[in-house]
Amino acid sequence: MGIQFRKETFRDDFSFRNSPEHIRRFPFPFHEDSYMYAVNIEPHRPGPKGSVLEHPFDVDEHYVSEMEDRALVLAEDPLRCQSLPHMTLAGWDLLELIMTSKAESYPEHFSLTRDGDNWHWINRPLNIDQTFVFGDTTTLPYGPMEYITRQAQGDYCILDQRDNNLWMDAGIVTTQADWSLDFDIGMNFFEWHAPVPLAHEMGIFQRALKFLLNVQQGQPARRLNWTMTINPRLDTSPENYHKWGPDRTTVTPENVGQKVHLRVELQTFWRLPRSNALVFPIRCYLIKMDELVTSEKWAKRLHRVIRDLPEELATYKGLTRYRPTLVEWLSKYDDGGVTSPGFGPD
Amino acid sequence: MPIEPTIKSRPVYGTLSPQKGTEHLLIADAEGAQAILDLAKAAPEGFFSAAEIVFIPRATGDRYVAALKGLTPARFYEGPSIAAALPRLRQTLATAHVGLRVYLAGTEGLMGQAMQVALEAGIDHSSIQTEHRGSLARRVQCVHCKGITEDVTTQPVTCAHCGLTLFVRDHYSRRLAAFQGVCINAEDRSEQVPVEEAFP
Amino acid sequence: MSSGTTKLDVTVADVVPVNELVTRFHFRPTSGGLLPTFSGGAHVVVEMREEGKAPRLNPYSLMSSPLDTTEYTISVRRDDAGRGGSLFMHNRVKPGDRMVVSYPVNLFSLDLRAKKHLMIAGGIGITPFVAQTAQLAAEGGNFELHYACRTAALFTYGDLLRERYGKRVHLYHDDRGEKIALDRLLTSQPLGTHLYVCGPAPMIDWVRGRAAALGWPTENVHFEHFSAPQPGKPFDVTLALSGKTIRVGEQQSLLEAIEAAGVDPPYLCRGGVCGQCETNVVSHDGTFLHNDHWLSDEDRASGRKIMPCVSRFEGKSLVLER
Repeated sequence: MGIQFRKETFRDDFSFRNSPEHIRRFPFPFHEDSYMYAVNIEPHRPGPKGSVLEHPFDVDEHYVSEMEDRALVLAEDPLRCQSLPHMTLAGWDLLELIMTSKAESYPEHFSLTRDGDNWHWINRPLNIDQTFVFGDTTTLPYGPMEYITRQAQGDYCILDQRDNNLWMDAGIVTTQADWSLDFDIGMNFFEWHAPVPLAHEMGIFQRALKFLLNVQQGQPARRLNWTMTINPRLDTSPENYHKWGPDRTTVTPENVGQKVHLRVELQTFWRLPRSNALVFPIRCYLIKMDELVTSEKWAKRLHRVIRDLPEELATYKGLTRYRPTLVEWLSKYDDGGVTSPGFGPD
Repeated sequence: MPIEPTIKSRPVYGTLSPQKGTEHLLIADAEGAQAILDLAKAAPEGFFSAAEIVFIPRATGDRYVAALKGLTPARFYEGPSIAAALPRLRQTLATAHVGLRVYLAGTEGLMGQAMQVALEAGIDHSSIQTEHRGSLARRVQCVHCKGITEDVTTQPVTCAHCGLTLFVRDHYSRRLAAFQGVCINAEDRSEQVPVEEAFP
Repeated sequence: MSSGTTKLDVTVADVVPVNELVTRFHFRPTSGGLLPTFSGGAHVVVEMREEGKAPRLNPYSLMSSPLDTTEYTISVRRDDAGRGGSLFMHNRVKPGDRMVVSYPVNLFSLDLRAKKHLMIAGGIGITPFVAQTAQLAAEGGNFELHYACRTAALFTYGDLLRERYGKRVHLYHDDRGEKIALDRLLTSQPLGTHLYVCGPAPMIDWVRGRAAALGWPTENVHFEHFSAPQPGKPFDVTLALSGKTIRVGEQQSLLEAIEAAGVDPPYLCRGGVCGQCETNVVSHDGTFLHNDHWLSDEDRASGRKIMPCVSRFEGKSLVLER
């Protein structure tokens, strides 16, 4: 039995929700009752069965609907997917990485047959059956990066490595936390992180870059990041900020549970073999407050984290307008008791 | 007024100095001419005989032209606008060899757009010399409609293309040669934000 | 993250003498199948194990085509004055032997933005270019290779490269007085050209020096030093964190001696380039023999850093933060 893919939306009527099993596997990002930046990078080793870390590239019940949402975003704004001319080889590297990984992790949904450079890819959930020549862009309907990432959840940034820095020279970005690929493409590691407050002064980015430059083939790494989003909207782009920004004024004590979502990014880092580039998938997981508080521990901890978050971070993450309402709502679930260590829901 | 390094993507500029090279391409607008004249004081013998100067006087009129010509560069070009000078610049770079050094001086708009052309020609940005002179006016890309508004001096500014009121960030893209403009009252469009002179 | 790189179990498929100094080794995966894909310029660290001796780990550039991962090939130049790594490869390694090599690591990568790749090689420094030219040729890349060697008999792969790429390959025999016309070469390249040089240190210094003088930006100049650890007088070292005192043997590198004591500093290149094994000096009474290309002049002057993969020490005492 494979994954049961939900039919749902991330816009208009916002029918997205997590099934009870999916709530339990949500990658809750706080291991203690407070939050501050850290270089929280660790080896991307397989996690427990059923968890989002079980496979190198997680596929979940939202897969088919997320891919439909991506297609809508790209039709509206093709600038969300760009690749500078020297990054095509890295695109093939990424295509190989995702196809081989998915075919191995989910044989009931994906299969890949290779005969030299003649490849045959089957993606059953999306009804795709494609034969093509690896390395020959004329045999695919899109460039290799766009082709495979229209079939892979999460945003993808491909970073060229040179002059002891990483350069964001290709990507597909449709489920982002308010940053623009079109604006940031071509920037180096420090430049595209420039708007992030506090972390530069803390030396976070220097240490993170040093680590990432040395990520080796066969030794991927990962970290979690988080923010919050009003309504289960994947595409919270700066391009459309004037369209989704007003959502932030609509939070009331009555609708917090349905409207406010914790948004967690599982970021992984992979050395690509032919191009020596680094690919940086940013996989977005959403959970409604009503879903999250089904875990007493998560409810208590999130209350404390949001309540005590430094003002600069709250502003950067766009929480300012609705933070008091959210904290008040979460406080009902916090009896002040001790929470257990670790990320799990108990 | 010196430009402060606010965030890591905000370009900071130096002082032009003669580099080792086989040819030298110096591009300036308005008060940027003075940066070239200052560089000339430190230039080695023969520097300008392998140099081309591209100059856009803008409001400075004739003030610097004679002095620049007096440096006797191998080639001198005076153009009416940055846009008018760019095709010539592209052609110069298309036939140039490694060893050509690029020097930019003047407004951020001039330096940004000339650098954009140099990047396309395969010159690494960090090998280009820059010096800011004159106006602090910015080129701003509206993140929403992608249109670029030139010579922005106020905060916020109205997008010349879609009409949204934009907050001008310090976040800067070399590829676009522009600062980022983001709708300042997106969450509540009824909010009125006073307009102030910010980039004189 | 764990030190070093992920390991691959391989079997020696072939050993081919190329000329009086150079022998080529072919490795295939012991368990069958394909080896991991790599990019031109990558190296692997080869583990050489002899009974009764501490293991030696030497880096060698991969010279097979990145398009063919049925096997990895390396070429080893015999160094009679070295620590014995190359002699071990030449004298001991036979087809059918099982060996361990690292995953490929690339510290001499092509800049794929380049409108043209200009490559300059000296002697055994040709090996990374054999892989890079294969990669570029397959993609229709624009490259030109200038390769200098002492004599025709030592022109490792010169004929092969001429045969493959014709006029794009230029060979220079030192014994015939042929010399690369470097200044002419460096002043005639279109904008967007990247320069790569690999060979003996004096050649690298010559090329980098002329490039800088002729206005080449450092971002366009890439080089790979082939610096194997050199033998030297034995010396004693105290490892402060692990509370051990060790002796570094004549034919052993400091890094190998630290590893033999059960301490595992991170490493990638084992050739003084990547910076991974940089180690703080707690105290010392004596003289450092710095052989790396990583530490700055200030680092060296401070006496507070050492690269144990290639550097040594002579004197009374040395205490490291390991």
